Amino acid sequence: MRILALDSSGLVASVAIVEEEQMIAEYTINYKKTHSQTLLPMLDEVVKMTQIDLASIDAIAISGGPGSFTGLRIGSATAKGLGFAFNKPLIHVKTVEALAYNLYGTNQIICPMMDARRNQVYTGLYEFQGEQLHVLKDQVPNSIEEVIEELNEIGREVIFIGDGIVPHKNLLKEMLQIPYHFAPPHLCRQRAGAVGALAQQYYKKGMIESAKAHVPDYLRLSQAEREMQEKLKGM
Amino acid sequence: MEKEEVKILAIETSCDETAAAVVRNGREVLSNVISSQIELHKLYGGVVPEIASRKHIEKINQVVEEALEESQMTLDDIDAIAVTYGPGLVGALLVGVAFAKSLAFAKKKPLVGVHHIEGHISANYIENLELEPPFMCLVVSGGHSHLVHVKEYGKYEIIGRTRDDAAGEAFDKVARALGLGYPGGPKIDKLAKEGNKDAIKFPRAVIEGAPNDFSFSGLKSAVLNYLNQCEMKQVEVNRADVAASFQQAVVDVLVGHAVLATKQLGLTKLALAGGVASNSSLREAMRTECLRQGIQFYHPSPIFCTDNAAMIGVAGYYEYIRGIRDGFDLNAVPNLKIGER
Repeated sequence: MRILALDSSGLVASVAIVEEEQMIAEYTINYKKTHSQTLLPMLDEVVKMTQIDLASIDAIAISGGPGSFTGLRIGSATAKGLGFAFNKPLIHVKTVEALAYNLYGTNQIICPMMDARRNQVYTGLYEFQGEQLHVLKDQVPNSIEEVIEELNEIGREVIFIGDGIVPHKNLLKEMLQIPYHFAPPHLCRQRAGAVGALAQQYYKKGMIESAKAHVPDYLRLSQAEREMQEKLKGM
Repeated sequence: MEKEEVKILAIETSCDETAAAVVRNGREVLSNVISSQIELHKLYGGVVPEIASRKHIEKINQVVEEALEESQMTLDDIDAIAVTYGPGLVGALLVGVAFAKSLAFAKKKPLVGVHHIEGHISANYIENLELEPPFMCLVVSGGHSHLVHVKEYGKYEIIGRTRDDAAGEAFDKVARALGLGYPGGPKIDKLAKEGNKDAIKFPRAVIEGAPNDFSFSGLKSAVLNYLNQCEMKQVEVNRADVAASFQQAVVDVLVGHAVLATKQLGLTKLALAGGVASNSSLREAMRTECLRQGIQFYHPSPIFCTDNAAMIGVAGYYEYIRGIRDGFDLNAVPNLKIGER
């Protein structure tokens, strides 16, 4: 099984081609340049280098959110176009879960944190049970204080991953009452390789969707919808 | 060697319409699918960019598939992909751009980025097979009021622009003040038919030293002041008269400027384009004045005045045969200027 994987949910743009036993290619850029200008040229480069016929892929895995709304849509629209053109299904991989999958095999609790602005992080809690990534808490926007409180309550050793750590590192060091670690540089951001590897498992479970049906999972309403809801509540 | 027949798949997502079309040889529309979100945005009194972008993602595949089906083609039959890359809402544009690029990449088809307003202008080619540049075009929509000299296919020069509000924007704001809701253009147009256009004297702005430029904010303020004064004096407002008088002031300015500019440049053809181009009063006034001045007048049907992808396919065709090609790094340019790439 051969899967093309894309992640443009955050600052990172990442493209990979992953097979069951090995990864054929991965191209990851963590640099402030719009994904609209990087993602497809990166895929083009990967195809040129590997001389892979993309028509030979079985599915397209897309890191489906949460993340930057615009970033998610660039990845999503690209995957939806490729899925339509190649007539292949899409695999919607949860972004926070794919981040956690970078840390395959750890016996610590994995706590990914993506910068979600508005004093929140997109986060969740995961652990490996054998080869399977087990979800302790599904991905959700949360305040850093609540994340810390929860981890202290659970009382297990934890490893953090993601760009949401950066603005909160001092607070984490101050308030955590448990042993903790931060993922090393080569693992600490979104990687399409992890999206593609996790997608292999989704695919086997039949968790695929059509290119037409796919939409990102933003985990948040738009600001206008939020304000409208608050207004209606206040009435 | 260019093929004799060029079929273009065009995609447009610059604002609140998800649209796709297939156009043959730049003049023949084989399909024109538009999925409008207007009902959704009415709740908010205007287009909400984030909601528009989310809707585009939900609809894009369906709209493109329908456009291909209606034209009885597959992606393999298409010669090039055209897509609006600006101006417009950046998040909305990006959906169409990313989708179009991935189709072009996957099917190894040429990609042509198209300017949204150049698309509106090119809508005139669809039903007027004899129309060819050079001509003058008055572009009026919610976001634009421009006088554009179309010198040749793909060569545009702006010779007049609004200094403040776009014409469509003034329509929306006055409609809101009259309690007509969004979008204002069609509602004012309808109500104005019941009113007296000479009932209230609203100002027609002329900008010194720039006879081709427009200004509508003074007119808008005058209408709002008039409504306020009526309220203070507790005089009942005849809303139909206000709508008719306001609309007439806008139309007078648009027609006057457009005809003057056409004559100044020695042109014999004047075309109308953009959302406000389907305003019946504007059309009638333009037709009458052009007839009086010996100018040939063109305008698209309402379906090609609204945001659509057929017009992008037409403009894209003329870019394509000029040899314009874009790369996979094509980006959305929300403030793209007419005539620039």
